[in-house]
Amino acid sequence: MGTVTETAPEAGLENTLELDCATLSTREVNTALRELPARSRVRIVNPRGRHNLAVALDQELDIEIAGHAGYFIGGLCDGPSITVDGFVGWSLAENLMSGTVRVRGNASECCGATGHGGLIVVHGDTSSRAGISLKGAELAVGGDVGHMSGFMAQAGTILVGGNAGDALGDSLYEAVIYVAGSIASLGSDAQVEDLTQEDVDRVRSLVERAGFDHISPEDVTRVASAKHLYNFDALKEQKY
Amino acid sequence: MCGIVGLHLKTERHHDALGRLLSPMLDCLETRGPDSAGLAIYSEPVPVGSFRYSVRIDGLDPDADTKTVVTTLALELSQDLGSPVTCERVRPDGAVLIASDRVREVTSRLAERRPDATVVGFGRHIEVVKDVGRPRDILRRHEIDDRTGYQGVGHTRMATESAVTTDHSHPFAPNADLALVHNGSFSNHATVRRRLAQSGIRCVTDNDSEVAARLIGREVDSGATLETALKTVGQEMDGFYTLLVTTAREFAVVRDSFACKPLVVAETDEYVAVTSEYIAMTSLPGIGSARVFEPTPGEIHVWER
Repeated sequence: MGTVTETAPEAGLENTLELDCATLSTREVNTALRELPARSRVRIVNPRGRHNLAVALDQELDIEIAGHAGYFIGGLCDGPSITVDGFVGWSLAENLMSGTVRVRGNASECCGATGHGGLIVVHGDTSSRAGISLKGAELAVGGDVGHMSGFMAQAGTILVGGNAGDALGDSLYEAVIYVAGSIASLGSDAQVEDLTQEDVDRVRSLVERAGFDHISPEDVTRVASAKHLYNFDALKEQKY
Repeated sequence: MCGIVGLHLKTERHHDALGRLLSPMLDCLETRGPDSAGLAIYSEPVPVGSFRYSVRIDGLDPDADTKTVVTTLALELSQDLGSPVTCERVRPDGAVLIASDRVREVTSRLAERRPDATVVGFGRHIEVVKDVGRPRDILRRHEIDDRTGYQGVGHTRMATESAVTTDHSHPFAPNADLALVHNGSFSNHATVRRRLAQSGIRCVTDNDSEVAARLIGREVDSGATLETALKTVGQEMDGFYTLLVTTAREFAVVRDSFACKPLVVAETDEYVAVTSEYIAMTSLPGIGSARVFEPTPGEIHVWER
């Protein structure tokens, strides 16, 4: 076991535990996190692109990852609040159940994939397939999202503060996408719909919780399913 | 799944350390490709009219001194060719020989002398290393830490569509000073291989990546830039790919139009580094202040020296 140190308590907070990736394996970091009592505060240092940090945790923890991290950060979590002070690789917060995962930089592909609940905030850009197969979580991206974002998203909300790439919302189900900037192209069965007051309220709430100050909730574009591909018709034209 | 690394040095500062910089990058990506690995290293050229030949000899007698074997081979080839052949480097699997740039003549004389020899790469600048096993072991066996130069690419392979052999491992280097490493799979490689064969270009393996390398080689031989050749790959080949392709002067990357395979680029005033995963470039000097980005689908990036 490597370095697990406690630093001086900050005002109003319990002690901050420091986990150093330079001396701990990923398994050791995650085991140490899992054994912590609820409401602990942790700082993970020297991540240097490490994958699978802070995964599968079900306590209310306050975790800061101090630097760039790799794939699957915060995946499968059900409770903690995780902040990455850097950029991350593929599949941020995959299958998130609850809690918050926040990235100060950019996130790579498949950000928030299959998230069931909780809030995922990316202050920078995300690349392809952000929010793919989203199942109820909220994904707020301050910058741009890459192509095929929202692909087959079943439930939840995706907010894009910048521009969306090609094939946005392809094969959408019940998830709704809001875009503040431009949309390169819509995917199959995705359509732009009129914004209702309910949408504006939903976006305003998400903008506030994400901490964004560059999005006007009244000026976003709503993208939802046209529902032509909603059901798979096995007997359609007797082709199958 | 496979791993790709590449380093293109813009200044001479790290030329002496090229091997030491590349080794940890490749080792880090063993998780993406534990069955084989390979590298192409570019250094200052041999004189005009000659090429470096990276020669692998399968039937080396373990009890014989490899240096004596390859030095003798060089002498014999000198006599056969009527021009000097020297041994620049003795390797555990063969040698780097310097000989005339008349490639067909050199390879056919080599085949007569050593039917068990294979030229895995040739050109004025390039040395190619390909081997089977863990990247870490291959790096150590071939003493990659000691290599110097201005540009290098590497590959860790997890075979999915063809056999695990040295011939099937990357890089593929079918033309002078050209090297290709590939993460992904081409679905129409058999069709393109037949088309290439019709125009007289034959692949030596059934590997999908070799087809892309030979297609690019054909285009570059016809006078195309690397960027144009990569566009041709996008038009003619179907499948998932991240490609890193290098020539003596160019260092280029492209991802397929779905961006199914990863790639991260880091650029500083001193180098361009590309890796399948960011974690594999964290050992580089100055990485903390590098401009880091992912190429978007179908976007071709080329750096030239």
